[in-house]
Amino acid sequence: MMQNKDIKRLSLYLLFAPFALWIILLVILPHIGMVVLSLKEKIAPRVYEYSFANYLEFLNEPIYWNTLLRTGSMSLLVTALALLIGFPIAYYIAKIAGPRSRGGLFLLCLIPLWVSDLIRAFGWILLLRETGVISNFLLWTGLIGEPVEFLYNDVAVIVGLTYTVILFMIVPLVSTLDGMDNAMIEAGYNLGGSGFTVLRRIIIPYAMPGIVAGCIVTFMLTAGSYLTPILLGGKNSSWFTEQIYNQFITRFNWEGGAAFGMLLLFFTSLVIWLGLKLSGQTLANTVAKS
Amino acid sequence: MTDNPSYDLECLDVSKNFGSIRAVKDVSFDIPSGSFFSILGPSGCGKTTLMRMIAGFEDPSGGDIRIKGKSVLGTPPNKRNVKMVFQHLALFPMMNVYENIAYGLRCNGVGNAEIKRKVHDVLERIALPDVAEREIHQLSGGQKQRIAIARCMVLDPDVLLLDEPLGALDLKLREAMKIELKLLQHQFNTTFVYITHDQSEALVMSDNVAIMNQGEFEQIGTPQELYHHPSTAFVASFVGDSNRWSGVVKSSDSTGGKVETEQGLPMSFSSAGEKTMQEGSRVNIFVRPEFIRTVRAGGGDLQDAAGENRMDGIVDSLLFNGANSRVLVRTGSGELVESDVTLTGENDLKPGEDVHLVWSSKQSMCFADQGKA
Repeated sequence: MMQNKDIKRLSLYLLFAPFALWIILLVILPHIGMVVLSLKEKIAPRVYEYSFANYLEFLNEPIYWNTLLRTGSMSLLVTALALLIGFPIAYYIAKIAGPRSRGGLFLLCLIPLWVSDLIRAFGWILLLRETGVISNFLLWTGLIGEPVEFLYNDVAVIVGLTYTVILFMIVPLVSTLDGMDNAMIEAGYNLGGSGFTVLRRIIIPYAMPGIVAGCIVTFMLTAGSYLTPILLGGKNSSWFTEQIYNQFITRFNWEGGAAFGMLLLFFTSLVIWLGLKLSGQTLANTVAKS
Repeated sequence: MTDNPSYDLECLDVSKNFGSIRAVKDVSFDIPSGSFFSILGPSGCGKTTLMRMIAGFEDPSGGDIRIKGKSVLGTPPNKRNVKMVFQHLALFPMMNVYENIAYGLRCNGVGNAEIKRKVHDVLERIALPDVAEREIHQLSGGQKQRIAIARCMVLDPDVLLLDEPLGALDLKLREAMKIELKLLQHQFNTTFVYITHDQSEALVMSDNVAIMNQGEFEQIGTPQELYHHPSTAFVASFVGDSNRWSGVVKSSDSTGGKVETEQGLPMSFSSAGEKTMQEGSRVNIFVRPEFIRTVRAGGGDLQDAAGENRMDGIVDSLLFNGANSRVLVRTGSGELVESDVTLTGENDLKPGEDVHLVWSSKQSMCFADQGKA
């Protein structure tokens, strides 16, 4: 008996160990390090003092918090676009497509994930640049007289980001919509609801946990993305992650970079907290569920 | 044609094909206002397809469906005044009871004060006045059932469709809900169309029952008619229990005749209606267990047991089920015959005893054999 219990306990520890190591070594420790680092102020070479100077610098320099606000608002826009485009796709996969084509369609959504972010961004560059496919096509049709540069503007960044993150919107939506009994939609019509009423009163409320989960994931991924805004937005992208990169690498100001990193974390967490409050959902029944 | 407003629902030659499969074949029926009509059939017989066509979720491949005398073909489901109680009820889990019932009224643009009055009114009528603010998951199975009905009835439908709504309930609750459904139907005085594969549900509750098999209606009638005067072998075997013998007609006239079974036993029957069985034709004979009397061999009461048909056998086993107890008798030719018996606990039949089985030719239902039925 006793031995059996010990074996059970040991196997539990062994199963739990990789998870605990991952959480402690890769999540908790680096973040503690970041917090400590961000609270240090360099007063002379190799002499540091604890202070909030790095955070104050962020507040005193409008370009920094403007960049953060810009990143936040554009990320919200990308999230909204991903939801608007992703919802009909998810609805089609979960409810309209037959059981056989469902798997295939889902796989099609997953295929872009097999290619790295970098390659996907270069794909957009090939399409959008001055000598790219779209510009050439428009020249050929005669709609434009001379080559047009579609890259290096906000639209290109938003299109590219939406494309990158939309999958993370579709997956939780498909799984919640899949769990919805078709009879519920039919009951919505049967009781006199129009297509719009059924969508607004039944389908969307039912899918709310999936919608919120998808929005949280896409917003986090977008606000924290680096490659796509830099490659598609160029110098004009002013993405907050670029500021963090500059602090760390260009200016070798690790303390400033750490403070910016923490600020991005606080900011996105705040936005998500607000979103959860507004939609009346909790983390437990959204992200944890899907 | 029949623009008769006393029928709430009429179906004329309704059919539905899925590819080359004919799920529903030219079904016609009409349901008088305020009656309880059941469609009874084995699973896969097309009854759900028929119901979905009435509700508007499927378009018939042919025929016409009329509600209150008006054709509803081409009317979308949300514009038909036919409401449906789904198999798994399909209550909306994100709304509470009040909102579930109010949903349909809101869709119709009813004012808030009116909604409040109607919802409380219908909750009173289903005897659940205090559950308005409860969430769906806080209700018991029977309560959910009643809320699903209330959600439809609050809209005052012409016809209420019920798609095996008792299937998910446990046995005790199912028995109670059968009676309750019948009472609710009386109370609302609305036409109920009830779909089920459970014959006892259909027989207990319905004014009329249609027996459906392989996309067609075999017979429509009152429960008593179906039980005592089935018009086809399928109805005889599907509704109620019966013992079945195959045989060949030896002699026959308009009142009945004699059959020799495959086991070589003579058996007499009286024909239903004026049908005369062809002599020499193959037939099936059905006899209900409750019409067979089991009499101890050598007992003095054999003379009292009136009946033209007799069989001798040995009690194989007793199936005790209170008032519905049965005895299985192995006859001389080896087959098992079921017969109802009253077990009093004293001097009952015991396995191994010799018995006579006796029944009247009136209770032998004879149908022409249509190949493999």
